[in-house]
Amino acid sequence: MPAAHTYLDHNATSPLRPAALDAMVEALQVGGNPSSVHRVGRTARARVDSARQHVAALIGARSSEVVFTSGGTEANNSALAGAGRRRMLVSAVEHDSVLKASTGMDIMPVQGNGIVDLGVLENSLAASTEPALVSVMFANNETGVLQPIADVVRVAHAAGALVHCDAVQGAGKVPVDFRGLGVDYLSLSAHKLGGPAGVGALVVRSGAPFAPDRLGGGQEANRRAGTENVAGIAGFGVAATEARAGLATAEWRDHLEAALLKIAPAARVHGASADRLPNTTCISMPGVRAETQVMALDLAGICVSAGAACSSGKVTRSAVLLAMGVEPAEAEMALRISFGWNTCFDDIERLIAAWRDLYTRVGHSDIVRARAA
Amino acid sequence: MNAIAQIRRNDQPIYLDYQATTPMDPRVLEAMMPYFTYKFGNPGSRSHSYGWEAEEGVEKARSQVAKLIGADEKEVIFTSGATESNNLAIKGVAEFYKDRRNHIVTTVTEHKCVLDTCRHLEQQGFDVTYLPVQQNGLVDLEQLRAAVTDKTVLVSIMAVNNEIGVIQPLAEIGKICREKGAFFHTDAAQAAGKIALDVEAMNIDLMSISGHKIYGPKGIGALYVRRKPRVRLVAMIVGGGQERGFRSGTLPTPLCVGLGEAAEICMKEMDGEAVRLTKLRDRMLKGLNAKLPEIYVNGDLDRRIPGNLNISFAHVEGESLMMGIKNLSVSSGSACTSASLEPSYVLRALGVEEEMAHTSLRIGLGRFTTEHEVDTAVAELVHHVTKLRQMSPLWEMSQEGIDIKSIEWAAH
Repeated sequence: MPAAHTYLDHNATSPLRPAALDAMVEALQVGGNPSSVHRVGRTARARVDSARQHVAALIGARSSEVVFTSGGTEANNSALAGAGRRRMLVSAVEHDSVLKASTGMDIMPVQGNGIVDLGVLENSLAASTEPALVSVMFANNETGVLQPIADVVRVAHAAGALVHCDAVQGAGKVPVDFRGLGVDYLSLSAHKLGGPAGVGALVVRSGAPFAPDRLGGGQEANRRAGTENVAGIAGFGVAATEARAGLATAEWRDHLEAALLKIAPAARVHGASADRLPNTTCISMPGVRAETQVMALDLAGICVSAGAACSSGKVTRSAVLLAMGVEPAEAEMALRISFGWNTCFDDIERLIAAWRDLYTRVGHSDIVRARAA
Repeated sequence: MNAIAQIRRNDQPIYLDYQATTPMDPRVLEAMMPYFTYKFGNPGSRSHSYGWEAEEGVEKARSQVAKLIGADEKEVIFTSGATESNNLAIKGVAEFYKDRRNHIVTTVTEHKCVLDTCRHLEQQGFDVTYLPVQQNGLVDLEQLRAAVTDKTVLVSIMAVNNEIGVIQPLAEIGKICREKGAFFHTDAAQAAGKIALDVEAMNIDLMSISGHKIYGPKGIGALYVRRKPRVRLVAMIVGGGQERGFRSGTLPTPLCVGLGEAAEICMKEMDGEAVRLTKLRDRMLKGLNAKLPEIYVNGDLDRRIPGNLNISFAHVEGESLMMGIKNLSVSSGSACTSASLEPSYVLRALGVEEEMAHTSLRIGLGRFTTEHEVDTAVAELVHHVTKLRQMSPLWEMSQEGIDIKSIEWAAH
C-alpha cells in the first residue's frame, strides 16, 4: 500500500469512503436483480430506492427525479440528447462530455475569471426563436470556478430555454440545491465525492421533457434501461450522505495559494477572483511545464495533475484556461491540485515543500537563465 | 463449499433465478477489493502511480475477458452492462454504415433492449426484419439466409435466450453473415462463461457481455468489436475519449477487475461446471416428472445451457404458484418485464398457448446451487402444484378427459 503517497487529485477521482465500501460489499454479497419479483430481488430494489433518497437529499431533489446512470459522462450525454432541443448553448469551459455530446452547439465564451458571460448568453438566446437547451457546469473541474447557475437559469428560462447543469465537481464539496437553482437537469458522479466509479445520476426535474437514448428493460421508470448497478448505487447513497457536509477546506486552499505565491510571486492562480470550490487550485508555476511538475511531484510522492484526467495522457493545453484568455505558454505550466474528504493539513504542507524544491531547482534557474540570455 | 455460507444466509430463500442475476463469486469480490481501497486511482490519470496501478488492473481485466471469447484484448471495450453493449453495437453500427446499408435482421425472441433498439431504428428509417423462431426456440437458418440481403448491415441474434436458455447455432449464423457481407452481433449476456465462445471460429463481429450474469458485479459489461476486418461504430457516450473513443467515461476500475476475474474463473471452471449443472438440472426435471403429470419444458432441451429450465405446469395459475413457492426465488420470465403480468413474448413466439405461457416458471441453476437445494425445490414445487391442481376445476375436467379448449365459456 503506497502509504507514502500524498493524493491531491480528488477532482480526477476520490478514494472510496469506507462506509460506502461496507455498503457495497454487503450489497455484492446479497446480490439480486432489483427487477425480480422475489424476495432477493425486492431486497435489491429496497437498496436502490434507499440510495435514491440519499442522493436526492444531497441536492434537495425528489427521489423520483433521480435517474441512476453509469457516471457523469453518461448523465451529461443523456441530458443533452434527452432534452430534445436541437439548439444547444453551452459554456466554453464545459467538460468534454458536454462539449462533444453534440455537434453544432453554440459555445458561450467565459470572462477572464472563468465565469460565463450572462449578457452574451442573453443575446445569443434572443438571436433565434428556436427552443434551446443551455448547459452550464456548476463548478469547473480544472479551476474550481463556480458559475452563477441561478442567474443562468433566470436568463435561460425567460427565453424559454431548458437548463442542464453538470454538477459533477460541485456536489459533495459545496451545497447544491436543485430546487433553489431551478435547473431542469443536473448531472452527478459518485466517484468524485467518495463513492464508487461507474455510477452517477441524472436528476430530471419532474415535468421536464426527457427522452431516453438507451432502450431496453424499462428500468429507472423507463428513463434508463439496464440492470441497476445495485452495489455501486448503494455506495453512491452512502457517499452522498457523508458528503452532505461538504468540504471545509477553503482555509487550507487559501493557505496553499498564499504559500505558493510567496515562493513564486510570478505564479498565477487561475480564476482567483471568482468564487471557487474550496478544494481546487489551478496554478501556473513560472517557467516550468506542467508535465515536468507532475513528474517531479510524483517522484516526491505527491499525486496531482495537469488538467482533466480523461485527457491527461495526451499532453494538450487546457481548453478551459485558453477559454479564460490565459496565454498558451502559461496554460502549459498549469497544475491542478484538488483536495478531498481524506486530505489532511500535512498533505498540503508536503505539497508546498515539494513545490518549493522544484521551483528553486528548475523554475527559478530557468528564469534566471532566460533573463541572462 | 465455504463460498455458499457467504452467499446465502439460512433465512434466505433458495435462489433459482440465475438468468436474472448471479450472486457474486467471493473470489471476484476479493480481486476487486484492492481497487476499491488503496488502488483507487483513475485509470485515465497518466501522471502518477495511482493512475498507472488502476490502468494495469483494467488492462489485465481486458485481456481476461478477451481470452474467454478468443478475442484480442484490443477488441474489448468496457461498458456499463449488456444493455449498453447491445444499444451501442446495434445503433453504433447502423448509424455508421447507414449511407451504404440500412437493413437489420434480428429475431423475435431477443432481449427487450435489442428489440427496443431495433424499433427505435425503424422509426429512424431503417428496415428491420424480425425472424420468427422454430418451436424449439432456434432460428431457422434457411429463413435467415433468405432474409439477409446486400442491404443488410447487421444481423443481431442472441447466443443464448434469457428465458428458455436455448443456444442458437452461432457458427452457422456467422458463416451466413460473412458470406453475405453483413456484420454479426450476438448478445452473449447469457452465454459467455457458460458455453465455449470463439469470435474467430464463429465469425462474430460484435459481442455483448454482462458482468452480473457471470458471477461478477453489476454495472459493468463489455462489447467485443472486431478489428480485422474492422467494424466501425458511432459512439453513444462521448466525452473524455476513453475506450478508444467508443465509450467515454471514467472506467470503474474495481468493476472492470471484477468482470475480468469473473471471466477467468468461468473459463477455468466451465467444463466441470457444465457437467455438474447438467446433472442437477436432469435431477430436477426427473424429480418433477416423477410426481407431476402434464408439465412441459419450453425450448429445446438438448441445445440449451445446462443451468436453465423453463417449465409450464398445466392447469395451474402462474401467479398463485409464484405466491405459493415463497421459499424459492424463481421467476415467470425475464426480470426486466417480470413486474408486468403479460405472458412471455418469448414463449408466445415458440407457439406456446397463452394459458400455458401464464403457468410457466423460469428456473435458473448456477455455481452455488446444491443438490440439496434442487431436492428441496422439487418437493416444494410438487407440493404447491399438486395443491393448486386439486383446487382447480380445469384440472379436474382435464383429468376426466374433457378438452378444455372445446368448452365455450358463457360471457357474463
